[in-house]
Amino acid sequence: MEAEGSLEQEPEAAEYVLHLYITGATPNSTRAVRNIKEICELYLQGRYELIIVDIYQQPELAQQEQLIGVPTLVKKRPGLIRRLVGDLSNRERVLAALGLTSPSDRNSTNG
Amino acid sequence: MQDKKTSSPAELPTLPKAPTGIEGLDEITEGGLPKGRPTLICGSAGCGKTLMGIEFLVRGALEFGEPGVLMAFEETAEELTANVTSLGFDLPALQEQKLLRVDHVHVDRSEIEETGEYDLEGLFIRLGYAIDSIGAKRVVLDTIESLFGGFPNEAVLRSEIRRLFRWLKDRGVTTVITAERGDGTLTRQGLEEYVSDCVILLDNRVIDQITTRRLRVVKYRGSTHGTNEYPYLISEEGISVLPVTSLKLEHEVSDQIVSSGVPALDEMFGRKGFYQGSSILLTGTAGTAKTTLAAAFANQIASQNKRCLYFAFEESPQQLVRNMRSVGVDLAPWIEQGLLHIEASRPTLNGLERHLVVIHKLVKELKPDAVVIDPISNLINVGNVNEVRSMLTRLIDFLKVNNITALFTALISGRTNQLDATEEGVSSLVDTWISVRDLEGVGERNRGLSILKSRGMSHSNQVREFVVTDHGIQLLDVVIGPTGIVTGASRLTQQLQEQAQELALRQELERKDRELERRRRVLEATIANLRTEFESVEEELRQINSEELTRHQTFTEGRTAAVSEMSGRGAPGHNTKSNNQ
Repeated sequence: MEAEGSLEQEPEAAEYVLHLYITGATPNSTRAVRNIKEICELYLQGRYELIIVDIYQQPELAQQEQLIGVPTLVKKRPGLIRRLVGDLSNRERVLAALGLTSPSDRNSTNG
Repeated sequence: MQDKKTSSPAELPTLPKAPTGIEGLDEITEGGLPKGRPTLICGSAGCGKTLMGIEFLVRGALEFGEPGVLMAFEETAEELTANVTSLGFDLPALQEQKLLRVDHVHVDRSEIEETGEYDLEGLFIRLGYAIDSIGAKRVVLDTIESLFGGFPNEAVLRSEIRRLFRWLKDRGVTTVITAERGDGTLTRQGLEEYVSDCVILLDNRVIDQITTRRLRVVKYRGSTHGTNEYPYLISEEGISVLPVTSLKLEHEVSDQIVSSGVPALDEMFGRKGFYQGSSILLTGTAGTAKTTLAAAFANQIASQNKRCLYFAFEESPQQLVRNMRSVGVDLAPWIEQGLLHIEASRPTLNGLERHLVVIHKLVKELKPDAVVIDPISNLINVGNVNEVRSMLTRLIDFLKVNNITALFTALISGRTNQLDATEEGVSSLVDTWISVRDLEGVGERNRGLSILKSRGMSHSNQVREFVVTDHGIQLLDVVIGPTGIVTGASRLTQQLQEQAQELALRQELERKDRELERRRRVLEATIANLRTEFESVEEELRQINSEELTRHQTFTEGRTAAVSEMSGRGAPGHNTKSNNQ
């Protein structure tokens, strides 16, 4: 049970609920963890709840969460559930999918 | 080359196979799908790919004790369950017994955002988890190409699917992958067929408005297999692939005889009937009482308390019963007693193999002693000659193996004297061939029956005229005229002539008898006359004789008296005188 919960601030009130499913310490997974943490710190400071799940440890979750590609980031809140497949290195896409915009082009992009 | 295991020198073990339990498929693949390896089932829409996959799992679980995992990419577990319930597959029950696990993989492009590099490890983990949770030996992936719709990165998918196949092989599970057929390739992605060890192609084609489904084993690494296209169909009990026949000729034969139901016809055979388990073909032009003969046979079988299955492709059961009653064959009681089952359908209702399956099914259910198919020629409408022939070969094989006597009728076109397509194709397969035909004479038409062949017994070579009477079929005695066999009116003429001749002969004889009698009387009268004459002559002679005697006596007495007088008186004259007084 290595549900590595990097909880920041009070979880019940978090505006953003993000679950990241990874597979151990594969390069994609480690990159994804690094990327999501960076994004959260940059854009969602204090407003998010991030749970990182290693599905090698909890394989039953793979079916529950309809996982196919790994790593997958599931945005549970706010709004509709979105699945972001990949190591989250394409930051623009990640931000767009999360409904955020990067500070550099905040005005031009609307999520 | 692909198989590393079979290179062992000792005794060359055969490739292990996982039986599918699907009727006929195991025969074609010589034992089943390659065990522990992936098999691709591909085909266009509506071929029954998913069904075949599910049947593989269900039969594996129920019949071979191998639990299975169904990974469905297109339909949800509920949909699948509902779809196969009609076939008697109870997926929820199997899931409860831990014999089956259904995992619906939901792939939706709109929900998926690619944000960088990834792999399909999630799928592997799900599958691995499902396999481990029930100890599955079989896996069905239906249809893996759906992933291509959800994930745009084809390169990743292709390499990952390759890895998946490798991974499944390593886990030693027998896998079935289904795929849509692509343009010119077996699958859309052109990938699965190369990574699978066995490829089964399902085809659904429409010829003359009739759909037939066909199955072909395209490749099977490390094993021989049937290479033909085999018809298959989806029936109430799942998929059945034909042939279900043994491809060898080694059935048991019976020495028993069954009657044809027409006593005089039996007499034409050396052993007074057909062999039990043989096949009989009855060909004839329209209206030559083929059905009546067939019904007589069915009637005969049922009357011996045996079961008969009658496939009528032209008449409904009621119609058949009514019509046969008019010729003194009452089938109704047998139907009531369950000894006769009439299965009537239009030939065009089903494809050929569907008919075959229906026949198979009913034969298995009812276990009849005899089967009548009336007529097989109508099946020609459904397929081409080759198909019909191969179907009939299978059917005859099947019935022979089960020692069921089979009687087929076939309509032939009467005008040409050439053999018809069915006849040509079928006649070599059957053991006994009876031909009924019109014997057309002057202004009339009569029915003639002859035996063209009868394997394993002698048979009459005569063409016998027969009539359909109120009491069934009666074969008439052979009448040979000056120009051969005579029938109908000429036969009657011939008979009349013969009668006249006979009468004349009799009259002649009587006349001679009378003449004799008359002569006898004349002679007797003569004899009587002569006797009377003789008697009168005799009488006369006797009279003369007695008179003579008296006279002589008198004379003697007279003389004695005279002598004594003479000696007393001494005068002879005196003696004479007194004597005259």
